[in-house]
Amino acid sequence: MAPTPNWLRRRGAKPEPQNDALWEMCPSCGERLYKKDLAERLWICSRCGHHFRLHALDRIALLADGDFHELAPLLATGDPLTWSDRMPYANKIAGDRQKSGLLEAVVVGLCTIEGVRTGLGVMDFFFRGGTMGSVVGEKVTLLIEECARQRLPVVLVTASGGARMEEGVIALMQLAKTTAAAERFSALGLPLITVLTDPTTGGVSASFGFQGDVIIAETGAAIGFAGRRVIDQTIRQKLPEGFQSAEFLLEHGQVDMVVRRTELKGALGRLLHFLTDKAVPA
Amino acid sequence: MNVIVELEKPLVELETKIAGLKKLNETQRVDFSAEIAALEEKARQLKLEIFGNPTPWQRVHLARHPKRPLAMDYISALDGFTELHGDRGFRDDPAVVAGYAYLDDLPIFVIGEQKGRDTKDNLYRNFGMPHPEGYRKAQRIMRLAEKFRRPLVTFIDTPGAYPGIGAEERGQSEAIAASLKVLAGLRTPVIVNITGEGGSGGALAIGIGDHIIMLQHSIYSVASPEAAASILWRDASRAEEAAQRLRLTSDELFEFGIVDEVIPEPLGGAHQDPQRVIHDTLAADKQALRKLLRLSQEALVDRRYEKFRRIGAHVELVHDTAAR
Ligand SMILES: [Zn+2]
Repeated sequence: MAPTPNWLRRRGAKPEPQNDALWEMCPSCGERLYKKDLAERLWICSRCGHHFRLHALDRIALLADGDFHELAPLLATGDPLTWSDRMPYANKIAGDRQKSGLLEAVVVGLCTIEGVRTGLGVMDFFFRGGTMGSVVGEKVTLLIEECARQRLPVVLVTASGGARMEEGVIALMQLAKTTAAAERFSALGLPLITVLTDPTTGGVSASFGFQGDVIIAETGAAIGFAGRRVIDQTIRQKLPEGFQSAEFLLEHGQVDMVVRRTELKGALGRLLHFLTDKAVPA
Repeated sequence: MNVIVELEKPLVELETKIAGLKKLNETQRVDFSAEIAALEEKARQLKLEIFGNPTPWQRVHLARHPKRPLAMDYISALDGFTELHGDRGFRDDPAVVAGYAYLDDLPIFVIGEQKGRDTKDNLYRNFGMPHPEGYRKAQRIMRLAEKFRRPLVTFIDTPGAYPGIGAEERGQSEAIAASLKVLAGLRTPVIVNITGEGGSGGALAIGIGDHIIMLQHSIYSVASPEAAASILWRDASRAEEAAQRLRLTSDELFEFGIVDEVIPEPLGGAHQDPQRVIHDTLAADKQALRKLLRLSQEALVDRRYEKFRRIGAHVELVHDTAAR
């Protein structure tokens, strides 16, 4: 395991908001919100309660008790297909690194949540749309394997457009790799909890996203296998109200609970305690 | 429109002409054998010219060729196939066929993704795009294979899992995720045959196995070229370009170590000689099974874990460069 990394320092590396970007418009109610206030309110709209997408490091700060030992902090993107379209894949990655302050679309490590030692993996939609390529697959696998060794529960917070096209079938195989790790982990009787946040679709929802023993969806998150656009193009009919929302999934029996961001840490803590505390002898 | 069918048109014309001349040769006094030989040579040249070195896009269309052998063609070539139906929860999904059969003397369970042969059949089979209940039927069969210690043989041929309202309501993601998990830990040998289109998670859901066999002109990809072009560039019409970039051909997949064995196809594709291709594929299945059946359950499952564990391309940096 790597020593405590400088993830807090990297947090400061996020670009400072420009003068014209001090304000954010709520995509749900249209309210103009001061970014600083928004950040203090966990990126929840003060007017309508809309949950903005959260950066991975903000999510970790929200959930971890204060400690976070990052695993595989220096694992970085390869280019198995030597992909290039409007620009080489490597350049896209370099741009995302700049924008996000992260090396890849997931941050994994060990921490405590409400006093329970836990493995925590958090995806970042702002890096390549949270897509899963080799690094995401490898880091999630390493986290699960490390937690299997240490007999720790795992919490995975997803935010992903699915498998990463630029890594082709190698990206697809990360579904198999992470699944195999989750399957072994599960056989040890250890808990895997997944938190599906906005958006979680494609290869991530169709692998570890829906392999949780307990599956939590964050309020308002869009969750599904196929993207809305693909479904629109395929069936060409009006989609039902709230289709693929967290609440829609709860109604259709696909997730265990829908939890607001402000309640998430508490809900996870209670669940982790319930699943891992030693039973009191009768 | 299938680009291979278009390319085949002059060939089909030529072959019709040859057949006509042969008939004449039998019934008339004039000897046409020299003309026939010349035309046959021309047909061979044409075949070589148009199929000798198919582009990735042409391979996509070979994989989708309307006459390409489908999953049921392989499965019905087995002895005593009996179909088992239903997911016990919602309905029987015709896009997934499953059951048991004998591969020579070897009792096996089989699962295949089944496309239709014509428009009507394709509507019934949903163009080989399974719904969640199809994957849940597959999971039933996987568990039966484990319980009764029979190997499992799968046949992949799907553009992908169906993207629709009902599929989402009934949990397409969960259905695929659960199939992957069952296969990853299945304590019986699993042979995977990619016989046509291997599209995305909907293909992988029956694609985690101990020996992965791919037909030469099948494709296997993170998404169909159309879907990939749509995701990458919001333009499905750039599918040909996506097909080139995605590295979805059998030789590339073999190089990546994702596919263990490639079955050669006749010049022009599997539909030029379906019987041979089906025979070769089932023979390869049998050979692979004979080896795998010697392994203990533990060794088998460990081997499968390692097989997928090592797939990936990443680098370990010395310094964190993200912040700079
Ligand atoms: Zn709002």
